[in-house]
Amino acid sequence: MDLPDDATARRAREIAGAHAGRDGALLPILHDLQAEFGHIPEAARPEIADAVNISAAELHGVISFYTDFRTAPAGRRSLRLCRAEACQAMGGAALWREVLAGLGLDEFGTTPDGRLTVEPVYCLGLCACAPAAMLDGEPLGRVTADRLSAALAGAAPC
Amino acid sequence: MKDFVLPEADFGTPARAAAAATVTLSIDGQVVRVPEGTSVMRAAAEAGISVPKLCATDSLEAFGSCRLCLVEIEGRRGTPASCTTPVADGMVVRTETDRLAKLRRGVMELYISDHPLDCLTCAANGDCELQDMAGRVGLRKVRYAPGANHVDAETQGAANPLHVPVDASNPYFSYDPSKCILCSRCVRACEEVQGTFALTVAGRGFEGRISAAAPDFMTSDCVSCGACVQACPTATLQEKTVIEQGLPDRAVVTTCAYCGVGCSFRAEMQGETLVRMVPWKGGKANRGHSCVKGRFAWGYASHPDRILTPMVRARIDDPWCEVSWEEALAFTASRFRAIQAAHGKGAIGGITSSRCTNEETFLVQKLIRAVFGTNNVDTCARVCHAPTGYGLKTTFGTSAGTQDFDSVAAADVVVVIGASPTDGHPVFASRLKKRLRAGATLIVIDPRRTDMVKSPHIRAAHHLALRPGTNVAVLTAMAHVIVTEGLVDAGFVAERCEADAYADWADFVAEPRHAPEAVERLTGVPAAELRAAARAYATGVNGAIYYGLGVTEHSQGSTAVMAIANLAMATGNIGRPGVGVNPLRGQNNVQGSCDMGSFPHELPGYRHVGDAAARAAFETAWGVPLDAEPGLRLPNMLDAALDGSFRGLYLQGQDLLQSDPDTRHVAAALAAMDCVVVQDLFLNETASYAHVFLPGATFLEKDGTFTNAERRINRVRRVMAPRAGLADWQVTQRLANAMGADWAYEHPAQIMEEIAATTPAFAGVTYDLLEREGSVQWPCTDSAPGGTPVMHAGEFVRGKGRFVITDYIPTEERTGPRFPMLLTTGRILSQYNVGAQTRRTANVAWHDEDLLEIHPHDAEQRGIAEYDLVRLASRSGETTLRATLSERVAQGVVYTTFHHPGTQANVVTTDLSDWATNCPEYKVTAVQVSRANGPSDWQDEAQARARAGRRVLPAAE
Repeated sequence: MDLPDDATARRAREIAGAHAGRDGALLPILHDLQAEFGHIPEAARPEIADAVNISAAELHGVISFYTDFRTAPAGRRSLRLCRAEACQAMGGAALWREVLAGLGLDEFGTTPDGRLTVEPVYCLGLCACAPAAMLDGEPLGRVTADRLSAALAGAAPC
Repeated sequence: MKDFVLPEADFGTPARAAAAATVTLSIDGQVVRVPEGTSVMRAAAEAGISVPKLCATDSLEAFGSCRLCLVEIEGRRGTPASCTTPVADGMVVRTETDRLAKLRRGVMELYISDHPLDCLTCAANGDCELQDMAGRVGLRKVRYAPGANHVDAETQGAANPLHVPVDASNPYFSYDPSKCILCSRCVRACEEVQGTFALTVAGRGFEGRISAAAPDFMTSDCVSCGACVQACPTATLQEKTVIEQGLPDRAVVTTCAYCGVGCSFRAEMQGETLVRMVPWKGGKANRGHSCVKGRFAWGYASHPDRILTPMVRARIDDPWCEVSWEEALAFTASRFRAIQAAHGKGAIGGITSSRCTNEETFLVQKLIRAVFGTNNVDTCARVCHAPTGYGLKTTFGTSAGTQDFDSVAAADVVVVIGASPTDGHPVFASRLKKRLRAGATLIVIDPRRTDMVKSPHIRAAHHLALRPGTNVAVLTAMAHVIVTEGLVDAGFVAERCEADAYADWADFVAEPRHAPEAVERLTGVPAAELRAAARAYATGVNGAIYYGLGVTEHSQGSTAVMAIANLAMATGNIGRPGVGVNPLRGQNNVQGSCDMGSFPHELPGYRHVGDAAARAAFETAWGVPLDAEPGLRLPNMLDAALDGSFRGLYLQGQDLLQSDPDTRHVAAALAAMDCVVVQDLFLNETASYAHVFLPGATFLEKDGTFTNAERRINRVRRVMAPRAGLADWQVTQRLANAMGADWAYEHPAQIMEEIAATTPAFAGVTYDLLEREGSVQWPCTDSAPGGTPVMHAGEFVRGKGRFVITDYIPTEERTGPRFPMLLTTGRILSQYNVGAQTRRTANVAWHDEDLLEIHPHDAEQRGIAEYDLVRLASRSGETTLRATLSERVAQGVVYTTFHHPGTQANVVTTDLSDWATNCPEYKVTAVQVSRANGPSDWQDEAQARARAGRRVLPAAE
């Protein structure tokens, strides 16, 4: 969702307001924002900080601590490839290079057409089916470049 | 705490209350007894055993991140961190074993693998805890090969993405991320000590980095208090003066000369050069904390604008002529004597300074009473807390706050009235915020939405945003709720207060016209909110009131102070820790200058000049008869100057023209005098109207004492010779002698002896005692030899507390069609009062001009946009300044500061004043605001006059 700053701020205030009075409201608010905007917009930050009465620095500390919180919009689809030990042992490193090369990317990030964001992840808990990946929130096991291409060719969930 | 060069003991974790149960344990074979809840680290430190540490310091709660302070405890698995492990009875601790040594070396190896090895050229060389710990654990080599790091700007010919360059945006300290060990001490200091929460650790793991969540420190929420710099164990956060000058080699404990908090500092010196000011942990007012002014804004002391040679001139239109001290003082003496010969003894007078020491103030009033032979002495407290003196003396019997600052830690409900502690009293604000974060309830009574109302982790339960000028109506309505809802502490009132006065008062406040509903339209405070606030204050266990100039600087200032005292007595909130009535006094020594007899009707110790016994004590000591009639107050002196009967004024350290209300009136009065003597550091605005200029000395250049808002007498210690040759007390002494006196004080300690001998509340005060105790709170007498932290404990100083009827009488200053808005004035954190000092420091980086805060709605109606030049006009005068749109002020109210002479906000303020004390009504002026094209005529004239008044003739060849 792409809104002007004041509309973003207004919407952020509404989202934060829905959690008013709740203990530990910050993470649920951030999840809701990311669900709605796909990332935590800069313009939403003062509203969140104000709603839970923390400083800009504290909020920045929390957002930057969790790699799952994005600070900029991602591609339309999201691919996470596991880079942890078990998957590396099963060829994860080669797979990583192959996937990036296939997409024309030098390092992880979003394809120039904004279609896909590729990111590393450290363990999806699927070590038994290594190498593992997660596409748009769906876990995939025993991944190969071909299987990934096939999955990416399929329709993106809306 | 970087303590290794000039060690101040660091116990690693904070002390626990001594009242807790005692725990006995063994550490390295020593038996140690400490209060329950103490950390193993602190218990060891108290026994003289230092456990290596990096992330722990005793101003902060334990964090347990550095893993250097590991110890072995019998019966426990592993090697627990001593900072986070509380002591237990019978515990057997070993702090040095082979296993621990190996672990610690391993930890240090990891730290050093990502740290620059430039110790010899590092600003913290010799003052670095990382360096000390490397030595302490015997680190001899680092086995890790160079790899990814935060140290090198370039790696393998390309920019290192992990490297972040130095942030030198703050004028006083720099942040060098390449030296950071991520111990989080800075983040925790900002949170726990200062309470601003401006810092965080951004990212995590190897990418973790200290961040102010802004492009740089200056654009962040940082208020530059210096707590992070003090907490940093390396050179990551470092004072720029240390980077430029190197490390100090001696430290002298002294007292800050800015606000009434009276923080103790270590002036860290190289010879006679000041390197840095570091808050002293032993200081009982500040407990090791500081603000941007005391910590960093001392550069004015060596500013080129300092005048170091006495100057005289026959007429104020002449240029200044530099002369010797003898000539200047002889000139002054002969002019003063000539005025007295022609117009009578009472034609001259003087003003003592709340910026100078007790001893200096005492001497100035002695000069006026004993040498001038008149009681025409007043002080700048006239324009700030004179109503406090009057109000608290009338109700409680003594002209001072009732508590020490430590008391706030025991308060359950805190009421802040007409004060913005985060601006005016920042170190107290930090202590208050700490208590609020721990759960105390806050009520704010203020027209503005100050930082206390809401800031990170602080939220006032009730904000009564009253219309300026209606304090008394609001406070009386609170009393109405307390009385009519049966919330009075009847036991306290019956035992401690005058019964008749209470009965009269209770009947008065219970009248329906004082109900919150009845005054709602007048005050703008919703009745339900006011009722809730009154109930919260009355029913909280310990209710404490802190108030500032927003209470006193009104036509009913004294009434409001008494209304506050009434509330405290009615609810029994007097006489124990955690409660009380606490004026937040503005200047470093405003309490002291009042104590020292600076008022025309009071001798030192608040004894009326008509009191023959009190007068006799001084007549005996001084060997001269004293006038039994009160002299002129400052406003009366100015009025008398205009009618020609008052012609000479000795002004020590007060910029009358800029700080007093109705500037035009003050200017005309000064211009009418024959001899105005200004003793100051700089040619201030008043000096444009002076005939004699006597160079002043800064607090760094003299010995003496300051008395802070909690009645604490703190030592001021000379760390360098007076730059103009004489300390201020020496100048006053030589002026007295030039006028025929025979004073021979050789040290301020002798003046304190005279004060103690003549003033009962100071009877026990000596420099020896201050040396021993660090500080003492008056009354310090035979019955309270160690001073008095909490006053009125068993009974009030006046015997029984006296309730006073507080009828609300609206100020004559009212809005109307021509002047539809209300102006209220105040201060800002980075600047101090008229700014003579702070404007001559890098603090201008935060606030380089006065701005007019105006509500966006009011601004829109007037076509005013952000930073537009606006004309601010009242019945008294007009000035121009730039506007800033802010919802901190309500509609119909505007706010500005008075730090800059170019603005001269006091051209606008009126000559209305408090009925009892003449304290000016700075806080309410009816004004109109409109867009402007350029400076007002007065501003142009004042600038021309200031330029002309600063001409100095070249010295004769």
